Amino acid sequence: MTASEYTYPEGRAAFPHDGLVGIAGLAPHEIWFLLDEAEQWVELNRGAQKRRDVLSGLTIINAFFENSTRTLLSFEIAGKRLGADVVNMAVATSSVKKGETLIDTAMTLNAMRADAIVIRHSSSGAVQLIADKVDCPVLNAGDGQHEHPTQALLDALTIRHAKRAFNGLRVTICGDILHSRVARSNILCLTSLGADVRVCAPPALMPADIERMNVKVFHDFDAALAGSDVVMMLRLQMERMEGQFIPSPREYRHLYGLSQERLKLAEPDALVMHPGPMNRGIEIESNVADMIDRSQITTQVEMGVAMRMACLEVLTRKGRKMEGWA
Amino acid sequence: MSQHAPLTIRNGRILHADGTIAEGTLRAEGGFITEMGPDVTAREGDTVHDARGRLVTPGLVDLGVFAIDKPAFHFGGITRAALMPDQPTPLDIPSRVRFAALSGKPDFWVHPLGGATRELKGEALAEIALMRDAGAKAVATGRRWIGDSGTMLRLLQYCSMLGMTVIAHAEDAGITGKAVATAGEIATRLGLPSAPAEAEAIAIARDVALAELAGAAIHFRNVTTRGGLDLMRAAKARGLKVTAGVSPGYFMLSDLAVAQFRTFAHLSPPLRCEEDRKAVIAAISDGTIDVIASGHDPRGSEDKRLPFADSAPGTAGAETLLPLTMNLVRDGVIDMARAFDLLAATPAKLLGVPAGRLEVGAEADIAVIDPDRPWIVDSDKMAATAGNTPFDKQPVQGRVLALFKGGMTLKTKVA
Repeated sequence: MTASEYTYPEGRAAFPHDGLVGIAGLAPHEIWFLLDEAEQWVELNRGAQKRRDVLSGLTIINAFFENSTRTLLSFEIAGKRLGADVVNMAVATSSVKKGETLIDTAMTLNAMRADAIVIRHSSSGAVQLIADKVDCPVLNAGDGQHEHPTQALLDALTIRHAKRAFNGLRVTICGDILHSRVARSNILCLTSLGADVRVCAPPALMPADIERMNVKVFHDFDAALAGSDVVMMLRLQMERMEGQFIPSPREYRHLYGLSQERLKLAEPDALVMHPGPMNRGIEIESNVADMIDRSQITTQVEMGVAMRMACLEVLTRKGRKMEGWA
Repeated sequence: MSQHAPLTIRNGRILHADGTIAEGTLRAEGGFITEMGPDVTAREGDTVHDARGRLVTPGLVDLGVFAIDKPAFHFGGITRAALMPDQPTPLDIPSRVRFAALSGKPDFWVHPLGGATRELKGEALAEIALMRDAGAKAVATGRRWIGDSGTMLRLLQYCSMLGMTVIAHAEDAGITGKAVATAGEIATRLGLPSAPAEAEAIAIARDVALAELAGAAIHFRNVTTRGGLDLMRAAKARGLKVTAGVSPGYFMLSDLAVAQFRTFAHLSPPLRCEEDRKAVIAAISDGTIDVIASGHDPRGSEDKRLPFADSAPGTAGAETLLPLTMNLVRDGVIDMARAFDLLAATPAKLLGVPAGRLEVGAEADIAVIDPDRPWIVDSDKMAATAGNTPFDKQPVQGRVLALFKGGMTLKTKVA
């Protein structure tokens, strides 16, 4: 299979959305279009001159209502490489507890005439709430346990670089599925592209009726791994786990830690992925995370910048009155 | 009450206490119904209302509201409401109960529900007998259940002694935690904190067992799941003093209404799956559910224009209580007489107040309604202090044309 698996129309019809709040609602060819758009930025980022001023004069606000290091940095670099003026507004979660403040903040950002707003918030649905209130494109950089669409897109881009085909690709997502927006967006994105997605977690960390999202549910990690082409590990948020959802980190590692031994159950060329930051020695052993031929973890970070450049560039086309998009 | 002229409502179809509907005239004097029947005539000096062949029913008795919102209640034909103790300062001491009991007069009667425990924390018992004598008509645990089974048992024993019904919230808090939705596909897709619907049946199972042990009367304000309703059915079959209520949201909507993070559909307990919705309708039909109440809880944008999990639960339900219940009549689930048992007679009985039925000697709380009159719910134009309804822009049928409280004319809508 080649990269031209999906065809899409010219101009705005290729991606007729005003923002990117989630993977839900995107057609497979629209996902594919974004992946294709990202390729040029992958190439640019690998060169010495990493800047192309297509968004020159535009203002992008990164409004992060929840702590983040890598996603914020990734969006900031993406915006700057496109020549935009990037402003970061980091708000500690505690200071914006009340949502009227959230909407007021959104209205304030809107009044400042941002050309795109990137939002992360600890509550599911918060980004949609803001997107409904502002005039410019809104990109979801993670809302509660709902969606993290750019992560799913960069994961798809990473997989596409290594595997090319999605149809029938067996992807196992293992970890705290219940609290994971990364898992939800990846499930939507990968199933939409035709992959067979398996999710694996102890019952307490598995959301109800998740099989209705067209995934196979496993509690036994070894069984889930058998025949997998991609193994995606999720971060275990230890501070909220212990004693409630799992007895202890070491017991979790015993059942769900990805070791080299376990990885042998997967396909011999299976990819290892992790959205980061990793808990080495808990959900993933160091020697697995660092396997040069298998681990895609740093590639994911690289693809993240390119993918976010693509999203920012595509979503601002209408505002930039690009031909066929205005 | 005697300051009002006697009232005669003529040319109406009167819903009598025995469930029959007969054309006739109703006359009230001194705030009480004195005569009803085909041969009754107005006397000189009476205020005469021509019902024009419309249905004459008792005023609705709304069991369990969170705010006193008279314009909304009057719009909805509600003449009495039992006020939940969950107030900014909870109704857990006699003076607040007394104040609340007087707060609606003269044109609306508030029946305060005394808080079962101090500050509704579910720990120390409140001064229930003092609150009773200050006007509390029943005792309520508030929005939450009492987690400690020993406390709940002692509460039920005490209330049994005092002859007061305990109105309970049926959700096991250990299971629900911070959940804002029912576990299932919708909550999973939206990434909302959710809890299995069985939290309700578990709470009911315990509380029914404790009520039986204590010989107490217990009323669950909202029973919304198949499992919970099955337990209620079994408890009633054993002759226990258990009753169940429900709000229209639970027979009109399923958790699909929560999609798109619609906070107006954020209820407590949360909306359930479609199968549970159908189970609620079946339970209304077979008599397992005794009361339909609005749970009226007007909330402004500061509480509702928030991310779903941060928003306050509740709906402004007073205005839609009657029309949504009329849906059940039109669909053949219940007849008109049973509808008013659910909306007026049974809640009045649970509160121990002489209302909810049209009979000679009863207080003249009377609504004249057109059960089929169509109108469209509009959250921007509601009488309630806030328009947080999940039924916005929905066409409904059933409207109150005139309302009388203790023989006093509250509204006559001629249009």
